[in-house]
Amino acid sequence: MSKNNAYWSANVSLMIKLLVVWFVVSFGCGILLVDVLNNIQIGGYKLGFWFAQQGAIYTFVVLIFVYAKKMAALDIEHGVDE
Amino acid sequence: MELQTLTYIVVGMTFALYLGIAFWARAGSTKEFYVAGGGVHPVLNGMATGADWMSAASFIGMAGLIAFYGYGGSVFLMGWTGGYVLLALLLAPYLRKFGKFTVPEFIGDRFYSKTARIVAVICLIVASVTYVIGQMKGIGVAFSRFLEVQYEVGLLVGMTIVFFYSVMGGMKGITYTQIAQYVVLIFAYTIPAVFISLNLTGNPIPQLGLGSTLIGSETFLLDRLDQIVTELGWAEYSTQTRLSTTNMVAYTLSLMIGTAGLPHVIIRFFTVPKVKDARTSAGWALVFIAILYTTAPAVAAMARLNLINTMQPPAAEENLAYAERPDWFKNWETTGLLKFEDKNGDGRIQYEADKSKNELVKVDRDIMVLANPEIAKLPNWVIALVAAGGLAAALSTAAGLLLAIASAISHDLLKGVLKPDITEKQELRASRIAMAGAIVFAGYLGFNPPDFAAGTVALAFGLAASSIFPALMMGIFSKKMNREGAIAGMIAGLSVTLFYVFQHKGIMFIASTSFLGDLPNNWFLGIEPNAFGAVGALVNFTVALAVYRMYGEAPKDVQDMVEHIRIPAGAGQASDH
Repeated sequence: MSKNNAYWSANVSLMIKLLVVWFVVSFGCGILLVDVLNNIQIGGYKLGFWFAQQGAIYTFVVLIFVYAKKMAALDIEHGVDE
Repeated sequence: MELQTLTYIVVGMTFALYLGIAFWARAGSTKEFYVAGGGVHPVLNGMATGADWMSAASFIGMAGLIAFYGYGGSVFLMGWTGGYVLLALLLAPYLRKFGKFTVPEFIGDRFYSKTARIVAVICLIVASVTYVIGQMKGIGVAFSRFLEVQYEVGLLVGMTIVFFYSVMGGMKGITYTQIAQYVVLIFAYTIPAVFISLNLTGNPIPQLGLGSTLIGSETFLLDRLDQIVTELGWAEYSTQTRLSTTNMVAYTLSLMIGTAGLPHVIIRFFTVPKVKDARTSAGWALVFIAILYTTAPAVAAMARLNLINTMQPPAAEENLAYAERPDWFKNWETTGLLKFEDKNGDGRIQYEADKSKNELVKVDRDIMVLANPEIAKLPNWVIALVAAGGLAAALSTAAGLLLAIASAISHDLLKGVLKPDITEKQELRASRIAMAGAIVFAGYLGFNPPDFAAGTVALAFGLAASSIFPALMMGIFSKKMNREGAIAGMIAGLSVTLFYVFQHKGIMFIASTSFLGDLPNNWFLGIEPNAFGAVGALVNFTVALAVYRMYGEAPKDVQDMVEHIRIPAGAGQASDH
């Protein structure tokens, strides 16, 4: 069981790191900090607006694949893969 | 070729394709009916999930709402994509490992209680039926335009088609049809966007076009849009918030956790072969969804700009004369979803924010995406394709939802609780009857939908967010959470959200029965009913934790089961036993 506990805590800590990024790009950059970021202009986009309507979505996709990749490695490392 | 004929041909061809696939892959067993036999490749499953997920609300409704909400519409974009991160990280792999058919089944087993399972069935039905009402609105809009009839007639036709289509296939048929529907809907959505982006900015990629300058000028598209909407008295497009920052946070969160709590999406992850596949499948689903979701803001901004430019041609001195209105305008007038009233009697169309002067007295948000290619004067085949895409989106989601409702009633309620000894055949028949009942009920409420398609769907997400998501999460992340806590949490979360929604939107969404009225000054912390799921979820967690403390922790064998679902090894196929 201790082997599984180590696997689970590695999983949870990876999860928390990724969820922090998830929160920062959407609620952070897209909503709470939007006015500040809107002072920066990238092409025709105000940066905060860009995060809310484009950037957050791209980041979400990357987050899931990072998680899937790291978890696949963790599965093998802890000998719990199928 | 005549637009109407062309639309019939394109829509007819796509329908023949779906029906052909549904027939070829029709379900023979309950296992194929519920989880497609559990052998669908992650990329294909991701694509099917994308079609299942992207409903009339995403395809027809969302860009229309963003067009008028501007920056405030971002809640839909972030909310309906960010939920996949939660789904992939917090739920999908563990529910796949658990390896059963339905969400209530997991809740019933994890909380070692038939009551928990029944409560989960109720939560699931309330959320899914509300969702189907939103689809019905979209289906009604699409069919009314396509057949050039009143909204109500279009809705009736649509209901009939949904009925035949979803009752036949089951999950196996639905999964393969949805792959075809994804392809149709994504082309239907992006092709007009590419054309419009090219016309306006010269950039063929809509995601970049939205950040580009307009053709023949140094002005950025978004700056130009901000300028004209403010001149006409509306709020600035790129900065207008949806009510308040608090409301936007709650709205986004509600849609995110609702995504992760909606049963028809969760069951998609029971159809892949391995736990590992459940994780990547969520990623692929989001890739396919993101293609549409990152295009939508461009469609929204460009549609708004084109609409205003049509009513007030920038080069001309005067507004568009009503007698010279384009064909698309007349067609949408037939449906009753677009209305003009010549207030100042000059025979021209005044379109502005001031209610006393505005003469476009009704512009249903849900017509924007369908009308967009016509407003932009794109070729007829593109317009026909969009009609086919909108119908694909609505049909695929309605089918997925109806399947979730049917399986909850026949598998969880009937087979699981009431009559455990019924045969597979009887169970299949019961689920088909349940589907029919759900279509009629949701269709009936669809005649008077509580909001635009996307708004109605947002209510459904709030209900799922406040009831199912917290129970699933506590079931996986707390080994000790007991049945009393989970049941009390689900009931509290669902009731508080339903109560809040009904008091503002009317009991069963019949507006005349709302006891407080849909008035912003009655809103708790300024949070609109559509966004209340986030608060409901918080109530759910709090009540569950409080009640948990009054009773002992979950029995040892249940705790062992939680240990077991946390590791991928030994998953096997999704199975009945």
